[in-house]
Amino acid sequence: MSGIWLIARRDFSAFINTMWGWLILSLALLIDGILFNAFALSSTPRLSAEVLTDFFFLTGGIVLFAGVAITMRLFAEERQTGTIVLLESSPLSETQAVIGKYLSGLMFLALFLVLTAYMPAMIFVNGKVSPEQIGVGYLGVSLLGAAGIAIGTWASAISKNQLVALIIGAAGTLFFVLSWMLSRVLDPPFKGLFAYMAFFDKQFQPFQEGRINTEGVVFFVSVSFAFLLLATRSLIARRWE
Amino acid sequence: MITVEGLSHWYGDRRAVEGLSFTIQQNECVGLLGLNGAGKSTTMKVLAGLLVPTGGTVTIDGADLVSAGAQFRSRIGYLPEDPPLYKEMTVREFIGYCGQLKGMSASAVNARLDGVLATAQLTARQHQVIGELSHGYRKRCGIAQAIIHKPSVVILDEPISGLDPKQIVEMRQVIRDLAKDATVIISSHILSEISETCDRLIVLNGGRIVAAGTEAELAARAGGGSRVTVLVRGAPDAIAKAFAAAGVVASDLRDESAGLTRAHVTLPASMHGDAREALVTALVQAGVGVRRLVEDEGELEQIFLGLTKESAQ
Repeated sequence: MSGIWLIARRDFSAFINTMWGWLILSLALLIDGILFNAFALSSTPRLSAEVLTDFFFLTGGIVLFAGVAITMRLFAEERQTGTIVLLESSPLSETQAVIGKYLSGLMFLALFLVLTAYMPAMIFVNGKVSPEQIGVGYLGVSLLGAAGIAIGTWASAISKNQLVALIIGAAGTLFFVLSWMLSRVLDPPFKGLFAYMAFFDKQFQPFQEGRINTEGVVFFVSVSFAFLLLATRSLIARRWE
Repeated sequence: MITVEGLSHWYGDRRAVEGLSFTIQQNECVGLLGLNGAGKSTTMKVLAGLLVPTGGTVTIDGADLVSAGAQFRSRIGYLPEDPPLYKEMTVREFIGYCGQLKGMSASAVNARLDGVLATAQLTARQHQVIGELSHGYRKRCGIAQAIIHKPSVVILDEPISGLDPKQIVEMRQVIRDLAKDATVIISSHILSEISETCDRLIVLNGGRIVAAGTEAELAARAGGGSRVTVLVRGAPDAIAKAFAAAGVVASDLRDESAGLTRAHVTLPASMHGDAREALVTALVQAGVGVRRLVEDEGELEQIFLGLTKESAQ
């Protein structure tokens, strides 16, 4: 456990001690704020619950792509700079390395979500939404972001450089975002399968409306677990090359 | 002690190394020599625990690379040619981090950190950010990260590449100090460096070991003894007799000023122990004053080329 925490702490401090981490964080917050102002608040009167629903929808999208941007460096940058040798020659297992890196991504996600809290706080103060609705929405965004970070971690683990990791991570994430479109043109059983895998259309929607979706919790946890497992296997496979 | 038995590694259908077997004792410093593509890097990566071999076994003090990977890697300290460094960290933070990554507790790291910084001659730079250090200091950081956890085996890949002469001399001292506590394996293209720091050499060619032994043993294997130039007191005729009595072949004897003679001497491989010491002892016993003895430059290069050529044939 100490090895996992050691890696998580170093990677998180590398995020916040470099320009890159703050740049992504600032850009994500800026875009989230602008979209919230333009689309969620809008100029026409709306129910505060609807505004909150839109906030979580927009923040979910931002979280996914900010996740890919921050995770692309996790393994790929270490491979580019040669520091991956430190991990590979250490007694830590590949599983510990992957979980440690993933945790650092989750810490970044948590920091981002904390910094977005002023928007639902404004809705809470000026409108009529319950703390439970806000809590459930954040639970959904956290699960969605955790799945996105797992996809990005896997992309980084299999890539030789950060650009490739970014492209693979973004493609993997887009696949889950857009799988609802595929479901419309496919026949059963793939139609149902792709509809089930849709991040927003199927699994995240109940959370953004303030409803806990057990099926969604299982889905996002399963996606995260599957991609972390793939990342671990790919690192193990590299030792056998 | 590190034991390698029948080590083979293939990249797809391309053989990198095959059938390597050797043992390196505790506190021994061994040089791994080979031309590009000889299998040096693959061997180093396997020994460092980065690659799992296709065949054979590698053990350190009984811990097997495959069946006890974590235990094996905790006993290894590895410095690649380009030191792996987190440039945003300070030297002290980085070495401490590496110690914990190797499984040490924070208190154990703190207890050892000052000593390791001193060994790597980094004490004065310990609070400096690594990104601001010169190449030489980065190499030292690389060495410090490799030894912080007190490994049984330290593997150094091209430890002096890119260093200036002053740094090379300092690095030699660092390497000698390392060999007091651990087995040291060095890979280098700079053969004089290997000759300077290693007790024994392993020569690879085409993925196989073509020779192993001390420099004198390899010289004998390559077809003759090693060559030295000596400056001794006395006239050339008298000196020639003294060399003959010592059982060595001297050539190109030149009368130097102030009653000194310079000669090139081929040391026979049959001389017991260090042939240079034996020669000096024999000359002194014959009443010849020895002013200087220098190994001929390019000696190891000649041996190395001879051995690799021989194996190619």
